[in-house]
Amino acid sequence: MYAQMVTSEATQDDPEKLAVFQARIDAGEKVEPKEWMPEGYRKTLIRQIGQHAHSEIVGQLPEGNWITRAPTLERKTILLAKVQDEAGHGLYLYCAAETLGVSRDELTEMLLDGRMKYSSIFNYPTLTWADMGAVGWLVDGAAIMNQVPLQRTSYGPYSRAMIRICKEESFHQRQGYHIMMKMAQGTPAQKKMAQDALNRFWYPSLMMFGPSDKDSVHSAQSMKWKIKMNTNDELRQKFVDQTVPQAEFLGLTVPDETLHWNDEKGGYDFAEPDWSEFFDVIKGNGPCNTERLAARNKAWDDGAWVREGLMAHAEKKRTAKLAAE
Amino acid sequence: MKHEWPLWEVFIRGQHGLNHRHVGSLHAPDAEMALKIARDVYTRRNEGVSIWVVEAAHITASSPSGKGPLYEPSESKVYRHPTFFDIPDEAGHM
Amino acid sequence: MTDQTALFEYLLRLGDNTLVLGHRVSEWCGHAPVLEEDIALANTALDLIGQTQMWLGLAGEVEGAGRSADDLAMLRDVWDFRNLLLVEQPNGDFGQTLMRQCLFDVFHVELLTELTRASDGNIAAIAAKALKEVTYHLDRSSETVIGLGDGTEESHRRMQAALDLLWPYVGEMFTPDAVDDAMHAARIAPDLTALRSRFDIRINDILTEATLTKPDSNFAQSGGKTGFRHTEHLGHMLTQMQWLQRAYPGATW
Repeated sequence: MYAQMVTSEATQDDPEKLAVFQARIDAGEKVEPKEWMPEGYRKTLIRQIGQHAHSEIVGQLPEGNWITRAPTLERKTILLAKVQDEAGHGLYLYCAAETLGVSRDELTEMLLDGRMKYSSIFNYPTLTWADMGAVGWLVDGAAIMNQVPLQRTSYGPYSRAMIRICKEESFHQRQGYHIMMKMAQGTPAQKKMAQDALNRFWYPSLMMFGPSDKDSVHSAQSMKWKIKMNTNDELRQKFVDQTVPQAEFLGLTVPDETLHWNDEKGGYDFAEPDWSEFFDVIKGNGPCNTERLAARNKAWDDGAWVREGLMAHAEKKRTAKLAAE
Repeated sequence: MKHEWPLWEVFIRGQHGLNHRHVGSLHAPDAEMALKIARDVYTRRNEGVSIWVVEAAHITASSPSGKGPLYEPSESKVYRHPTFFDIPDEAGHM
Repeated sequence: MTDQTALFEYLLRLGDNTLVLGHRVSEWCGHAPVLEEDIALANTALDLIGQTQMWLGLAGEVEGAGRSADDLAMLRDVWDFRNLLLVEQPNGDFGQTLMRQCLFDVFHVELLTELTRASDGNIAAIAAKALKEVTYHLDRSSETVIGLGDGTEESHRRMQAALDLLWPYVGEMFTPDAVDDAMHAARIAPDLTALRSRFDIRINDILTEATLTKPDSNFAQSGGKTGFRHTEHLGHMLTQMQWLQRAYPGATW
């Protein structure tokens, strides 16, 4: 998902304290910032929330790529508002991570020098306007699958951030699908664009959920702590089951010849994405990894004088005020 | 120079006259900027008509380990809640 | 020039200013110095594009040729644009963007304040709505210009450079031509000379607090609002903004 392959940290804490902590989580209590928590819980959360936040920020770029080319004034405002929301979501999540004792600047630097990751999906290019539809429909659709259950996660600040995010995100997927509808019902060129976007984004969207984690010890620990609410496979299945009829409604073809309904399991059987491609992207060899990180680094470096200038001014004002008192 | 903008907590009162409610945090160089940023970040959907910002460092919070002594004593004061009192329906709405 | 033609031209000026500046500001999305500013800039851009829809929508009605706000935005070429040269200038660094914003905001606030009293009810109504948004823009841009001007040595230097670069585009806002005169006579547009003195008072206060020095020369570039001679930047902007509508004529999106 937005936080893919977050391995949970080993914990070496007092077993008695751990048991009490686990009991609280099992009872559905929320863990709050200054309370005792296992070191592994804290570190795993920092990594997961941080990665989630980074994904929102880097996730501004593929869609931001089309703001200046939106076909109508209304589409421009909708897209801009959506990408702005993503900046907001990044902000909420960084604030949640900060309650765990890491600063936003530290997290940012770890993103910029590659120590922390962001979702693989944002390393794919957006090539046509239909990609704005596909990203909203598929990428936000996949993200929502994961984020809705995370509203119940055990860490209070994370849970509250997710509640706010889910509330705001409800229009994102719909605006994407709306773009797809217009294109699918439009001229032959538009329809072709829509199909092409689906072809390119289908498997990368399935990859968003991460590889199968049936046997992963790390996932089991995170699920016990309620920082991961479902397995990757559960969410992926749910996504496919929801999305295939939507594609049919559009009159578009999911690029998977093996796709068929399985009555027995009450869901679709579908082809796995190419996991070697996934690992390539994660390692930094996706189509846009270099550009995405370069764009974030440039924004950060070019902005340093602004952050420092405004801070220096605030300090001058503070000093002057103190002197006047 | 390494100097991160300080963290501020944001409280917003909505249209319906309820108390200011904590909605989240942000970074800003000073209180004036924090207010503006709070407006830009936390009222994009018409959420509020009044904003408070407080530098996070200035908030004094109760200690989580003191939870027992702080809050449990009130659990036994059940008579503070209206449902404690059984009033016959015949007495009408109360 | 008939009043109707002048009115159409005048509305294009209002709408093209907000269209072009809104577009420029939207270019920052995802690239601002800090998340908080990224979000704030997007709000400004959204306001401006919203105002564009109203101004150009009204322009289309006044023209009476069946052109919508989108038609006007997406299907005119450079010489038909009526925005000030100031707003089409590239973003440059963050300081340049905010200086451009602040110079325009001061003008914009003063102009809209007058337009709320326009004899044309539609214009007065749009101006009233826009004025609320733009008052906030000015609050924000002036505070940032002050903060950066009076910040570090580097931020001061950059802000002074931005002011020096953009100052030649200030005069055009206040140089009246036949359209301005016709609109003033029709009790729609204000007297630009009076507007200039109010602009000067405000901008002097801001620049003083920002410890910046107003350039000596009042030389003014011109050619934007008349459409006679835009800068080269506008054409490049249009190649992006209008590309889809040009490449796929008649499609709905």
